[in-house]
Amino acid sequence: MEKPQKVLILGSGALKIGEAGEFDYSGSQALKALKEEGIRTILINPNIATVQTSDNIADDVYFLPVTPYFVEEVIKKEQPDGILVAFGGQTALNCAVALFRAGVFEKYNVKVLGTPVQSIIDTEDRDIFKEKLDQIGVLSARSVAVTTMEDAVAAAEKIGFPIIVRAAFALGGLGSGFANNMDELRALVQKSFTTSDQILVEESLKGWKEVEYEVVRDQYDNCITVCNMENFDPIGIHTGESIVVAPSQTLSNREYHKLRSIGIKTIRHLGIVGECNIQYALDPVSEDYRVIEVNARLSRSSALASKATGYPLAFVAAKLSLGYSLSELKNSVTQTTSAFFEPALDYVVVKLPRWDLGKFEGVNRQIGSAMKSVGEVMAIGKSFEEAIQKGLRMLDTGKRGFVANKPEEVDNATIDKLLSEPNEERIFAINLAFEAGYTLNQVHDLTKIDHWFLQRLYTIFELSNQLAAKRGSGVDALETGLLREVKKAGFSDQQIAVKLLGQGDVKADELLVRARRKALGVLPVIKQIDTLAAEFPAKTNYLYSTYHGTENDLQPETDKSIMVLGSGVYRIGSSVEFDWCGVNAVQTAAEEGYKTIIINYNPETVSTDYDVSDRLYFEELSFERVMDILEFEQPEGVILSTGGQIPNNLATRLADAKAPILGTAPARIDEAENRHKFSSIMDELGIAQPRWKELTSLDAMFEFVGEVGYPVLIRPSYVLSGASMNVVSNAFEMEAFLKAAVEVSAEYPVVVSEFMQDAKEIELDAVADKGEIVSYAISEHVEFAGVHSGDATMYYPPQKVYVRTIRKLKTIAEKIAKRYEISGPFNIQFLDKNGEIRVIECNIRASRSYPFVSKVSGNNLIKKATQVLLGKKVARDESERVYDLPFVGVKAPQFSFTRLPGADPVLRVDMVSTGEVGCLGDTAEEALLKSMLSVGYKIPQQSVLISGGPIKSKVALLAAVELLVKKGYTIYATQGTHRFFAENGIPSSLLFWPDDYQEPNVLTYLKEKKIDLVINIPKNLSKGELDNDYKIRRTAIDFGIPLLTNARLAKAFIQAFCKLEMKDLKIKSWNEYKAM
Amino acid sequence: MENAKSVKLVLEDGTEIQGQSFGAFTSAAGEVVFSTAMTGYPENLTDPSFAGQILVLTYPMVGNYGVPGEELYESISKIFESDKIHIAGLVVNYYSEEHSHWNAAKSLGDWLAEYNIPGIFGVDTRMLTKILREKGAMLGKIVAEEDMELHDPNQDNLVAQVSPTEVKHYGNGQHKIVLVDCGTKTNIIRCFLNRDVELIRVPWDYDFTKLDYDGLFLSNGPGDPKMCTPTIQHLQTALGQDKPIFGICLGSQLMGLAAGGDTFKLKYGHRSHNQPVLLSGTKRSYITSQNHGFAVDTDTLPAEWEMLFENLNDGTCEGIKHKSKPFFSTQFHPEAAGGPEDTEYLFDDFLKAVAEHKAAK
Repeated sequence: MEKPQKVLILGSGALKIGEAGEFDYSGSQALKALKEEGIRTILINPNIATVQTSDNIADDVYFLPVTPYFVEEVIKKEQPDGILVAFGGQTALNCAVALFRAGVFEKYNVKVLGTPVQSIIDTEDRDIFKEKLDQIGVLSARSVAVTTMEDAVAAAEKIGFPIIVRAAFALGGLGSGFANNMDELRALVQKSFTTSDQILVEESLKGWKEVEYEVVRDQYDNCITVCNMENFDPIGIHTGESIVVAPSQTLSNREYHKLRSIGIKTIRHLGIVGECNIQYALDPVSEDYRVIEVNARLSRSSALASKATGYPLAFVAAKLSLGYSLSELKNSVTQTTSAFFEPALDYVVVKLPRWDLGKFEGVNRQIGSAMKSVGEVMAIGKSFEEAIQKGLRMLDTGKRGFVANKPEEVDNATIDKLLSEPNEERIFAINLAFEAGYTLNQVHDLTKIDHWFLQRLYTIFELSNQLAAKRGSGVDALETGLLREVKKAGFSDQQIAVKLLGQGDVKADELLVRARRKALGVLPVIKQIDTLAAEFPAKTNYLYSTYHGTENDLQPETDKSIMVLGSGVYRIGSSVEFDWCGVNAVQTAAEEGYKTIIINYNPETVSTDYDVSDRLYFEELSFERVMDILEFEQPEGVILSTGGQIPNNLATRLADAKAPILGTAPARIDEAENRHKFSSIMDELGIAQPRWKELTSLDAMFEFVGEVGYPVLIRPSYVLSGASMNVVSNAFEMEAFLKAAVEVSAEYPVVVSEFMQDAKEIELDAVADKGEIVSYAISEHVEFAGVHSGDATMYYPPQKVYVRTIRKLKTIAEKIAKRYEISGPFNIQFLDKNGEIRVIECNIRASRSYPFVSKVSGNNLIKKATQVLLGKKVARDESERVYDLPFVGVKAPQFSFTRLPGADPVLRVDMVSTGEVGCLGDTAEEALLKSMLSVGYKIPQQSVLISGGPIKSKVALLAAVELLVKKGYTIYATQGTHRFFAENGIPSSLLFWPDDYQEPNVLTYLKEKKIDLVINIPKNLSKGELDNDYKIRRTAIDFGIPLLTNARLAKAFIQAFCKLEMKDLKIKSWNEYKAM
Repeated sequence: MENAKSVKLVLEDGTEIQGQSFGAFTSAAGEVVFSTAMTGYPENLTDPSFAGQILVLTYPMVGNYGVPGEELYESISKIFESDKIHIAGLVVNYYSEEHSHWNAAKSLGDWLAEYNIPGIFGVDTRMLTKILREKGAMLGKIVAEEDMELHDPNQDNLVAQVSPTEVKHYGNGQHKIVLVDCGTKTNIIRCFLNRDVELIRVPWDYDFTKLDYDGLFLSNGPGDPKMCTPTIQHLQTALGQDKPIFGICLGSQLMGLAAGGDTFKLKYGHRSHNQPVLLSGTKRSYITSQNHGFAVDTDTLPAEWEMLFENLNDGTCEGIKHKSKPFFSTQFHPEAAGGPEDTEYLFDDFLKAVAEHKAAK
C-alpha cells in the first residue's frame, strides 16, 4: 500500500441549511485518521468556529473559500499528492467535480483518494444515475420528460396514477403538483407549461416508506451496510426534515435484507470506495421499492449513523481511501473485533429536526421535499416512546414531550390541515388529534405515517390519561407500577407533574415528583453503546440512560472528574462555535489531569465523538437528566459556561440543587440574564446604557416612549439570539408585539429601551478570575447597531476604534467583572456613539465569537477560562501580540435565505444567519473580501443595482458608488436613488419599481440576470416593509444574485473589491499568519 | 400489556429475573442463549437449530411487524424456516403487541401461544446478555405457575427430534442433490429449488451412500454434533469418494468430525446477523448470519483439510475445505433467512463443482 505524503482536505465552509455541523465531525475524523498514518494534512475551510480548524488537528489550515479558484491556488502552492473531497459535504463535492472537469487534479498530479470523481458524477447526474441502475436491474422512480400535452397524457398512461408533475428548471417547486386522474393531470400540465417549456411526469411515491442505508466499501470490493434508518414521515418529506428512526422498525427481515442487498449491489456497481448513503422508497403494502438517490460522500445521515451505532464511519472511510481493507481495521469500540462488521443495536435511536421558521418574516412554513431545518437532535432509548419523548424535549422549543404541553384550542379542520399539510408542529398535532378523539386510522389516512409509529404515540397518550385520572390526589398517589411504565415511555418528571398536578408551578411540582420517584426507587440505569449489543465488551464509554433496565453497565467514575455540559441542538444563534468551546473545555480539563464527562445530544458535533471525553452521555440537557447523571457520577465540578444558553439557563436550578457549578455564582449569572436586574446594576455602577424601563403597564410604557421617542427596542429576559426581541417603530407595532412577547415569557418582565441609531457596536470577549480580568479580545462590527451581533460582520482586531475608546471599554469591563465576581468566560456588547460608550448587554458565559477571536489572536480564551474554572492561576496577558496583530481577521455571517422560500432576506435585531466564516488578510479589505467570498458573494462582473433606502444610507453609499463608476461598472438604480445619484453627478440607469409594471423593470433585469450585485437598503427597520423592496430582495435571492441590505457593509465590500482583485488575495496558511 | 401476568426467568447460576408473560402462560426449561439479530424473529423462532433453547433477543422491541400467515410452495413453507416454532422460550425487553405490516396475520404473542411457547418481557436483556457473555451459555427456565426442573438439551439427541422420518423429493432439475436433514432451514431447500436441482431430502441417520446422486449437502441442526454418530459414519463413506459435498453449520461440524477433526462448545456461541468472516488467505470478507454453539477445532484437522473461512472477531473456524477434493463447508448460513444474503453464491459454487464433477466423469 503506497500512502500519500501530503493530503489536502476540503471542508464545507459556513454552516447553512442542508450543510451543517455534521461535516465538522466528518472532517475532524478524517484528519485524525490521516494523522495516525503520519500523513501531512492541509485543510481548506473558512469556517473558523469549527473544531477541525483548531490547532493540532490538521497540520495547516487555509481559511479560504472552498471554491475551484482558491482550491486550485492552494494545490498550486502546496503540491499535495492526494486530496479528500468526500468529507466536506456538497460544497466540497461540487468543487471537486469542477476541478476534475477542468483537469486541475491531473495538471498538478493530485490523486483523488477514495471514491473516484467519475463515480460521484454518476450519482449526481439524474440521467446517468438512472442508466447505471438500469444496467443492473435496480428500480428507480419512473419519469418522463415531455414538452407537449399529448406526450404528458401518454406518459401518464404508461406510468399510472398517482402522478407528480414537475416543471423542469423552475425554482421553489413552481408549477409542481400531484394528479390522481387524467382531468387533474391535464389541468396541472397546462399550468406547468406556463412556467416551463419542459415538464417531468413522474410516478408519485407519496406515502411510501422512506428507508436509507449507510454503505461502506473498500477497494477490494468488501461491502457492508453499517446502519439502516427508517423515516417516521413517509416519502414527500425530505429525510433531513423527517423524524428518523434507527434501525428500521416496521420492516420484516425480507424487506430489510432485500434493500440491503440492492444497496450493496448498487454501490459495487457505482464503484464507491469509502462511505455513502442510499435512499429508498418502499411500498407500504408490498415489497416493491425504488432507489431514490445515492450520496457518494459522508452526509448528514452518515454522521447520524455513526452516532447511532458507534461505528466511526468518517474515520473508517478515510482509512479506506488510503487503500486499507475493512478487515485490516479494528472496531474502535471493542478494539479487539474487526471493523468489517455491521453493528447490532440493543436500543433505538430517534432523530428529530429543529426548525427556526418563526424567525423569518413571510416564510412558507410547510415542510416537504426541500430542507428548511437548521439542526437536529438524536435521542436514545430502549423503546420508541422513550426515545421520541426525549427527542422532543431536546429540540428545546419549549415542549415537554409528546404530551403535557401547553394546552391548545384547535378545531378539527385545523388538525386535519396540520396532519395532511405538515409543518414543524405536525407531531404535536397527532396528540391534538388523539385528544379530539381521532382514531389511529383517521390519523394514518391524513399522515400516511405507519400504524406502528402511531400506535406507539397512542400508548404515550393513553399513559398520560392514566396519570391525568389521578389528578387531584397529589404525588403520593403515584405508585411504582404506573410510575415505571410512564418513565419507560419517556415521560419527564415535569410531564408527570403537569398531568398529575396541573399547569401550575411546574418547576416546583417537578421537584415533588422527583422526590417521590426517588423514594420509590424508580431510577434510570446507565447503558453503554457498544456496536455489538453486548456480545463483546466495549472499551469506550459511550452512554445513555433508560428506564428499561435494572443494572448500570458501569460504575461511577472514581478518579477526580469534571463534567462539561454541551450546547445541545444547533439552532439559529447557537451552533458549532459552542461545540468548539465545549471540546476545548474538555481538552483543557484533561490536560489538567481530570477525567472528563460530557453531556450532549447533538449528532452533528465533535463533542459527541466518544473519544473526545472519558465518558460521553448522549443525553438530555434538562435539569432532570443532568441531576440524574450528577448524582450518579459525583464529579468534582460541572462547567456550564461553555455551552451557550441551554446550560446557562440551568444554572439557578442546578445551584439550588447543590450541584458543584464551577465559575461565576449562578445568582450573579441571573443578575446579568435578567434584563431588569442587569440594567439596575449598570445604573448603580454608573455605567452608561441606552435609556430603559421595565414595562409594567401600557400607559407607563407610552409615557416612556414619549420621553425617548421611537424606535425603541423591546425584549423579554433570557434573550438568546434576539428571540422575541424587536425594534418597534410606532404605537401600533408596540401594542401588537407586546401581546406576543408577554405571552412568550410570562415569567419574566419585558424591558423597553431606547434604540440608538448610527452607533458603532463593539464586543469584548474576556476571561476573569474572581472578578479580575486576565485575558480579553475586542472586536468591532462593520454594521451599525441594529443588526444582531450574530448577523454582523466583525473585525478582529478592531480597525477603527480609538485607543481611548478601548481604554474606556476596559474600565467598564473591569467594573462589571468585579461587581459580578466573574470567574470564567464572559462577553459584553457596547455601543460607541461619537465616543460615548454604552453597554447593551453582558453574557456571563462563552460567546459566539470565542473561537474567532481565539484563533485569530492565537490566545485560546476557552483554555484560559477553563483553567480559571478549575482553580488554576492564570497569568494576565502581557504579550503585545494579543492586542496588536500584524494581520486582520474578519468574521462574516452565512445566510440560508435561498432555502427558505418567501422569507424576507433582511437583517434585523433578531438573528437569522445560520453560520459564519472567519478569514485572515494582511489588510482589513483583504480579510473582508475573502470572508464575503466564502459566504457566497461574488465580485460583480459588470453591473450593480442600487436601491439606496433612506437618505442617510444613500449618502453613506455615495463615495463607494463613485468608485464603482470609476471601475467601469454599470449602475442601475431605482427611482429615488437614480434621482439622488443624478443630483450628485453619478451616472446611473433607471429601473422601474416592481409595482410600476413598466419596463425596464427591476424584476425583469434580475430574472434575466442582467445584474451581478443587488444593494437594497430597507427604508426603516419596522415590519411595515414596502412590498416593492421585499420583491427585489426575494427575487435576487431566488435567482442567486448576491444581495446586500446594509449600507455600511455594502460600502466596505465595494471598497474592498474595487481595491483588490482575485489575484491580490494572498494564499496564505494559518501557520504563515502565525509566523508573521 | 397492562394486565400481563408475572413470570420469572431463572438461570442455573441462581439469577432470577422478574418479567411479564406473553405468548403461552406456561413454564419451560432449556439452554439460555442470546441473539443480537435486529430483525427476523419469524425466521429465527422456526429455525430448528434453536431446538431446546430459551432465546434472549438483544434488540429491545420485538413483535413490531407481527407474524405473517403461512403459505406453502411444493409442500414447504414459503415464509418460515420449518413447520413450527422450535425455541423453548423467548425473552425480550419490550413486546410490541400491536403490530403493523401488510403481510402480518397475527401477533407474535398469539403465534407463540399457538405452539404453547412462553415469552417473557420487561427483562433487562442487556444485563442478561452480559451474564451469558461472561459466564457462558447456561441452563435456565421460564417459570409461570408451575416450577420445573432445569434441563440440558445438549444431552438430548436434538437432531433426532427435529429431523424428518421419511425421504422426500422436490424439484426436477438436472443436478441430483441429497440433503441430509439434521434440522434444515427451509430456505436451504428454497435456495436449491431456485437452481437447477432435484432434491432428495433424507432423515439424519439415513444411509444415503446407497442413493444415486450428484452432490451431497449436510444441513444445519441443533445441539452437539457428536450425537450424530450414524450421520458421521455415512459421511465418512462419502468422503472416501469424490462427489462434491457442501455442509452448513452443524453440517460443517459433521464434516470436520468425519474428516477426523474435533469440535468444541463455544462459550456463548454466535447467534446474530452480523458475524464477519474472512475468506482465508485473501482480503475478501463477508457479513454472515449465524446460529451455533459448537465449532470445529481447526488445529485438529488432518493435513489434507484447511480452514476456508475465519471469524474476524474471535478467529474461530467458519468453514473448512478439502485441499484437493470438492468438499467444503461453512459454519455460517449462506441461505440467510434471516440475515444478510451476501454468501448465497456458495450454492452456485457448490452446483458448479457438481456440474464439473459430472462433466469429468
